[in-house]
Amino acid sequence: MANKSSVFDMIGPIMIGPSSSHTAGVVRIARAAIRVLGGIPDEAEITFYNSFARTYEGHGSDRAIFGGLMDFKTDDERIKNALEIAKEKGLKYKFKSIGNSSVHHPNTIKLNLKKGERTVEVEGESLGGGVINIAEVDGFVANFSAQMHTLIIKAQDISGAIAFISSVIAQEKANIATMSVSRKGKNDLACHVIEMDSGINKITTQYLQSLPWIKELIYIPDIDL
Amino acid sequence: MCFLFESFKGWKKYCEEKNQSLPETVIQYEIEQKNSSRELIYSGLLQAYGVMKDAVITGLKEDMTSRSGMINNGAKKVFNHPLSVLSPEFQKLISRALSAKEVNSCMGRVVAAPTAGASGILPGTMVTLQEIHQLSDEKIVEGLLVGAGIALIIEEKASLAGAVGGCQAETGSAAAMAAGAIVYCLGGTIDQVFNAVAITIQCMLGLVCDPVAGLVEVPCVVRNASAAAIAFSSAQIALANVSAVIPVDECVEAMGEIGASMESRYKETAMGGLAATLTGQEISKKVLIQDIEILPDETLPD
Ligand code: SF4
Repeated sequence: MANKSSVFDMIGPIMIGPSSSHTAGVVRIARAAIRVLGGIPDEAEITFYNSFARTYEGHGSDRAIFGGLMDFKTDDERIKNALEIAKEKGLKYKFKSIGNSSVHHPNTIKLNLKKGERTVEVEGESLGGGVINIAEVDGFVANFSAQMHTLIIKAQDISGAIAFISSVIAQEKANIATMSVSRKGKNDLACHVIEMDSGINKITTQYLQSLPWIKELIYIPDIDL
Repeated sequence: MCFLFESFKGWKKYCEEKNQSLPETVIQYEIEQKNSSRELIYSGLLQAYGVMKDAVITGLKEDMTSRSGMINNGAKKVFNHPLSVLSPEFQKLISRALSAKEVNSCMGRVVAAPTAGASGILPGTMVTLQEIHQLSDEKIVEGLLVGAGIALIIEEKASLAGAVGGCQAETGSAAAMAAGAIVYCLGGTIDQVFNAVAITIQCMLGLVCDPVAGLVEVPCVVRNASAAAIAFSSAQIALANVSAVIPVDECVEAMGEIGASMESRYKETAMGGLAATLTGQEISKKVLIQDIEILPDETLPD
């Protein structure tokens, strides 16, 4: 079925203002990023690019980012005070603005997050209507919407990896919607990003994680749940 | 197979052939297309209407000052003003549309209907309609279903986004949804409902999207009030069977055609219209962040 709109796209979504690309989309980028990190960060460096660089404060995107970093949903009224709440919790942060990066989508945010010893870098784009694209994870091209269930697997670049991973997922009867691989350098790590229509069991992710050639596995169920 | 909301003409024909009401066809559509159920649709819309009512109340009660300062408790001032220019009901209608939209500008919770920029129009009109005519929440939900059907067709044939079709696509579509819902809730026929939509679109055609400093504040907030008023004026005209002459589908096509030929500076880019005025630019300088890094290698061509 082609993508027909829902009644709840016409009367909805229920959201925090002022605009879906500056609030809902931004909250969702941060919600995706903390799932990559594996929890609420202790430190965050937030870089707003291009159009966002000038407009983020006026549109309240700085608060929206912190709402998402604290795992608030897009319709949570605490978003308005998220910056204060984050400060109270002792979250350390820094904002940066870069005005003219032609390689980035107009509404791009880069998040450098730290929790304990773990650090991640996530780059997200707010495409309008609250829809997002997570463009990069730790420097790897990722391009996923976080609307489905997403697996990010960093693995040694061995032959047969793609077929193997997809067959394991097929065992779960999870339908793969998109799958992409990006590499950093030759013989280095490959990063597999797999979007699935339905979720997979913990035992499957644990199995994949136990394989010696798989270096890191991040599983992100639908971020709006 | 349900009706797919491709034209008003088709929608009417479908209703007549199947002997179904306007809201019923929308329910069937949602069930078939989205695997939903009647209960889920009703409860979802009741919840949305609850959020709309809350937004109206919040905006009239709590402090509504936006970060730019351009929005500053306007709804309350209108609500409490001692002089009603028309009637107390009209005064309430205007203040409610302003109120819900101010909540949106001040980072409160709203229903995007159809978009965030137009989020004051259905709350203002539906709450006031319900109060004046003593309608049940269920009746209002039916009205919202009709509004959703109207928006589905406009989305299909034109657009609902200011960045694509200008403000006529946002506040214009919301006003059309509200006008159709009003006529439906007051017992109008299908022809009367669609005529109200046609008249409303005729009133809103050509409106550009020119938000000052790119913020969804000026002129968006006052346009929510005027769109609410236009929804009622169109409903009044349509219920009396005064024809829009140009059929509703053709009105929507005109909206699409105008939107497509609008220059991009009138489509949410904040480069034309009110945004480009002297004052608009001054405000923009104050509001927008100036202290930003410019990457040197990208500014200089090699
Ligand atoms: S002017 Fe633009 S931003 Fe404002 S309500 Fe209209 S379409 Fe939306």
